[in-house]
Amino acid sequence: MTKVYSRPKLLKKKIFHYCAGCGHSIIHRLLAEVIEEMNLQERIVGINSAGCSVFAYDYLDIDMAEAAHGRGMAVATGLKRASPETIVFTYQGDGDLAAIGTAETVHTANRGERITTIFVNNAVYGMTGGQMAPTTLLAQLTTTTPYGRDAMLEGHPIRVSEMLALLGGVVYIERTAVDSPANIRKTKKSIRKAFQVQIDGLGFSMVEILAPCPINWKMEPLEAWQWIGKEMTKVFPLGVIKDITGQKDAD
Amino acid sequence: MAKVLMDGNSVIGEAAIRAGCQCYFGYPITPQNELTEYMANHLSRKKGCAFIQAESEIAAINMVFGASLAGVRVMTSSSSPGISLKQEGISYLASCELPSVIVNMSRGGPGLGTISASQSDYFQATRGGGHGDYRTIVLAPSSGQELADLTHRAFDLADKYRIPVLILGDGILGQMMEPVEFKHEAPAELPVRSNALRGAKGRASRIVRTCTSNTSDMEELNWSLYRRYQLIKEEEITSETFLVEDAELIVVSFGIAARIARGAIKNARANGLKVGLLQPVTLWPFPSAKVAELANRAKYFLVFEMNMGQMIEDVQLALNGKGETFFYGRPGGVIPTPSEVFRVISRHYYQRGLS
Repeated sequence: MTKVYSRPKLLKKKIFHYCAGCGHSIIHRLLAEVIEEMNLQERIVGINSAGCSVFAYDYLDIDMAEAAHGRGMAVATGLKRASPETIVFTYQGDGDLAAIGTAETVHTANRGERITTIFVNNAVYGMTGGQMAPTTLLAQLTTTTPYGRDAMLEGHPIRVSEMLALLGGVVYIERTAVDSPANIRKTKKSIRKAFQVQIDGLGFSMVEILAPCPINWKMEPLEAWQWIGKEMTKVFPLGVIKDITGQKDAD
Repeated sequence: MAKVLMDGNSVIGEAAIRAGCQCYFGYPITPQNELTEYMANHLSRKKGCAFIQAESEIAAINMVFGASLAGVRVMTSSSSPGISLKQEGISYLASCELPSVIVNMSRGGPGLGTISASQSDYFQATRGGGHGDYRTIVLAPSSGQELADLTHRAFDLADKYRIPVLILGDGILGQMMEPVEFKHEAPAELPVRSNALRGAKGRASRIVRTCTSNTSDMEELNWSLYRRYQLIKEEEITSETFLVEDAELIVVSFGIAARIARGAIKNARANGLKVGLLQPVTLWPFPSAKVAELANRAKYFLVFEMNMGQMIEDVQLALNGKGETFFYGRPGGVIPTPSEVFRVISRHYYQRGLS
């Protein structure tokens, strides 16, 4: 019998603390697979951030450091500049990357830092209990938009990837989702390509991943997965946002 | 080597590079811009080094965090309002035990304040500054030469105790040109700390974190930091004295105020007043034992600071009721003259019937 799947070696043997149906555990697994396949574990450092994924280092068996809320890209910049041969990635949520850390996000991308960002967009503050995120959709109910997000009062969902695509230092940005086996496979390819951009020293690369948060969306896991395709992708369309590598596909 | 004439900000830059500082991240703010510019000139194109003009002081201190993770000697600098912005980052550096050097060429506050020299950041510097139960070593130079020597010492202390070290200067020290001798040559090879985080090669993976859901882990971190702080108190307290042997009144001042006080004390001595100076060089840890020792003979302590009275609390704690303290200060960036301080000394001296 052929073995078609096994647990990635770089995923620690520990039960995820994430809620049922959460996207983080899938994305952690994809990261572990890509790092292992690209053989980066001896020279990679991950920077995780405040939010549900603050405990990512409990699962990924690689060097990791936790940054202050929103400061992941500044920390990654300092590390990469001090040790350019190290592969550095940040793992950030929407609040971290697109609210409190917006300045760091814009300027790190603009300097074309040779780092890779895994941006998990679930349109809500997960860890603190479901408050509005910068990416919360209009009319979406959260604990701080109890009447639904109103553009006139609470602003619009920010399309960070499209914003960053305008910047000179940005080489590759793709938006994917982990809402179906096909999209999960695409996400893995995209992460791989983003790391390759860094290895090739081309500039800033980022994968924005739409991920479900059933608990704070107050949905069943399956319903949450479907909501990504039905609602989130209307505001955050999937696909390559920017690619100036000249390479169609990392594979 | 021969002495060179340099402004204080550039002195810090040169001394840092000679101490093996590889990375500098900063944001422009007066009166410390010459330091940022010095590092841009000397690090931005040098092999193995990095300089970034960051988008904010917050970004700069977090770049320091990143470079320190990578195991290199790293520095940032700013002035009072910018140092306030860095406090969150300093708390994280302290928690993660990451060596780093932070320079505050302080100015008058509160708020945006003035760009003139002030010492109003004493509390912020010596009480930790950011959130949480931590300390940073604080060094207070009072001359160009001390800027050079203490900058070098700051990097050594940071590595020795894996702690952020603050250099608390001010606008005068930053701008004033003085002859300085650099006692160290830059290292031929830049060192990398043994616990650098650069990938799990030949060892198990490691994590650096501040967040935990386990309160006993956090308590243990606090205890471990506390034990190190006790060690620093035993090993590293430094102070200078000037004409204290027969002094009946002792002026206690740090940094540039101590320099001004020296002028006043020389004047007092010329007029037959038995006055001396205690100049704390490490503001944290504070030379409390030295204050207590001086109180065995001298009874009167005039604390002179360029603020509304901050270090005086540490002097009073050290005296523990033993001597009498009085205060003279000029806040907001006003720079008092030696003759002004001499008048204050004379007044207290004669009012207390000293002769």
